[in-house]
Amino acid sequence: MDRAAIIGVGMTKIEKNKVRDTFADMAWEAVNKALDDAGMTIDDIDNVVTTSSDFWDGRTISCMAVGDASGAAHKNVSCVEGDGTYGAFYGMTRSLSGSYKTTLVTGHSKGSQSVSSLITNSAFDPIYERGLGMDMVTACAMQANAYMHRTGTTPEQMAMVSVKNHGNALKNPLAQLPMKLTVSDVLKSEMIADPLHKLDCSPVSDGCAAVIIAHESVASKFKQKPVWLKGVSFCADSFFFGDRDISRAKSLTEAAKKAYAMAGITDPKKEIDVAEVYDAFTYQELMWLEEMGLADDATAGKLLEKGEFNMDGRLPVNASGGLLSGHPVIAAGLYGMAAVARQIRGDAGGFQVIKAKTGLVHGVNGLGGQSHCVWIMGKDK
Amino acid sequence: MAKRVAIVGTGQTFHKSHRPDVNGQELINEAVMRALQDADLKMKDIDAIVIGNMDHFEGINYVDCWSVDGSGGTMKPIIKLTTGGTTGCTVAIGGYHLVGSGMFDRVLIIGWEKNSESDTTGAITTAFDPIWDRQVFAGAISGLAAEAQAYIARYGATDRDGARVSVRDRKHAMNNPHAQLRKEVTLEEVLASPMLADPIHLLDVCPRTDGACAVIMASEDVAEKICPKPDWIWGTAVRHSYSYLGDADYGRLTSMREGSQEMFKKAGIREPRKELDVIELYQPYSFGGLIWIEDMGVVGPGEAPQYIWDGNTDMGGELPINPSGGVIATNPIGATGLIRCAEAAMQVMGKAEGRQVPDVNFAFSSGFGGCWWTDMILHGKKKPN
Repeated sequence: MDRAAIIGVGMTKIEKNKVRDTFADMAWEAVNKALDDAGMTIDDIDNVVTTSSDFWDGRTISCMAVGDASGAAHKNVSCVEGDGTYGAFYGMTRSLSGSYKTTLVTGHSKGSQSVSSLITNSAFDPIYERGLGMDMVTACAMQANAYMHRTGTTPEQMAMVSVKNHGNALKNPLAQLPMKLTVSDVLKSEMIADPLHKLDCSPVSDGCAAVIIAHESVASKFKQKPVWLKGVSFCADSFFFGDRDISRAKSLTEAAKKAYAMAGITDPKKEIDVAEVYDAFTYQELMWLEEMGLADDATAGKLLEKGEFNMDGRLPVNASGGLLSGHPVIAAGLYGMAAVARQIRGDAGGFQVIKAKTGLVHGVNGLGGQSHCVWIMGKDK
Repeated sequence: MAKRVAIVGTGQTFHKSHRPDVNGQELINEAVMRALQDADLKMKDIDAIVIGNMDHFEGINYVDCWSVDGSGGTMKPIIKLTTGGTTGCTVAIGGYHLVGSGMFDRVLIIGWEKNSESDTTGAITTAFDPIWDRQVFAGAISGLAAEAQAYIARYGATDRDGARVSVRDRKHAMNNPHAQLRKEVTLEEVLASPMLADPIHLLDVCPRTDGACAVIMASEDVAEKICPKPDWIWGTAVRHSYSYLGDADYGRLTSMREGSQEMFKKAGIREPRKELDVIELYQPYSFGGLIWIEDMGVVGPGEAPQYIWDGNTDMGGELPINPSGGVIATNPIGATGLIRCAEAAMQVMGKAEGRQVPDVNFAFSSGFGGCWWTDMILHGKKKPN
């Protein structure tokens, strides 16, 4: 198999309500930033993959809204529906299949124009589950309880994830919610769905991110240092909650295992230097770390208390502030990939970690993490 | 190194207007089981799945996740691609890249739609810009009528020319047990059927269908072990250049022209009329069967009506088009483009039974979306260079 690399990234600032921007305006901004970052023009782009969701956008054929602004006119183009990490995956295969050399991947959404509860309710079975009023928050509250029960993770430990990530966001000018919080602030915030307080949950956000992926034959042709895509895998668990142990994420364990193997990683705890993990809710950061083998089972909360996942810890997690500090769904995974690419390039600015040779990015599709995508990125080919 | 890619199995449902006997996952499963049977593979042999439909028809969010009980995606990589009417061809092209990249050896590709659960026009209308376009957009048929009128005005074609295409496809559907509408019609019946949007009569257009299609693609390392005579993918091309009303050159399908020129050039096809042996065109209404084969370069501008009247595109003619009966006989939208791909593959593999065109070396399949988008695939008997 040939290799591919990220050679440019561009993101809009994540905001609560980009009232002045359409989907196309956001895509235009992110794409031009990515082209500038890469030292390319749109003529250097062979093909385009946009990532969007008809549900989140309230539009059938949601990709039509951003095709022209993404520079896709008169080019080969396609659209992935799901998290940006999946869009990037398809973009990478298109750079490796012999058809194209450079792929521009974008992802966008405007939570400000969406009704999250109805949209995520539509992901449940229409006969058996929707009528119960389930949505992403209630489903994840169930999962949080199951995870806490199994592992003994405490509300205080979960709150510390929020304190850490909102604190990290203070150094990231693109983040929506940079905040200096205490554990008590989180625990005193409004209860949304037991055990999830408001500050355990990611906010509603608008944003667009773009990433340029190049085949190895052209990866060093442009001005930016290539960040190599060393491993990737994704995997889906059962659909019905009753068919899986929701305190676990065995599809994540499987995806991580395959991504590590592809990247030649034998001891992820030692070899991964920096990670952007899908922290839509505080407990998820801890749970996903364990399921990916970056922390031993039922220990992530304790390791967090010891500071292991802080900026200066063993494994800085969500140094950008993560999704708790800004969560444009669909685009989210691409923001993570862009953040880790910048860490590896050494130009992450205020949230640069000391050692960033190998990084991990994690994306999620479906309810309570039914489907997971894991990327390993590195400085060396 | 990039891998060559071949289709090694196909499966589809027996398409109907309404399938109350199955839910979506079960509908998908019928196509998947038939494709696995055709390739003599088991679900455990499948390395990854690409799935697509149009979300707002069934109102199911995260279809990749929801579908796993039917698609077989549990504990496998599954990814959703969706591009409107072109979705079926888009997922096939997705499978091509997943295999071609060297990441996977065997990929299952699924397109499906349960149109009986949808308000099709209501859903399609939301595709268009809410401020500028949506208020004047009156569903898929009106846009197609504008295209047909522009073509008629430019080239002097008539509604009889369109009707001739419909007569052809509905006759061809008689040979396809999977087709939804299997009833021959006469030219007079087409012209006497209710006018939907001038010049389009009821019998000029496709129905709404419940159906699913599955295709299995394999890399050159394993393809010929699975299927001694697979269908090799020679090339793909896509153009989705239309975003706003006014981006189209009505009366010409520029996405077809640009895409086919690119794809034929890459594959070394100079004269598609002579070098192609069969076409499965995503042609949801009869006039598209005139306009779009001109943009494909089969014949010159304005020449399609005479070419079709002369019987060249009928079964037994120079270049049969839509031996399956095409979209006019069956249209489960998210599956429709993939059915074109599967039917073209069956022609190359010699598995098309009653609708088989003899000696197919090259076949062309396409996808079309209501915003003048075209996706296409070139299929060949010979392994590409």
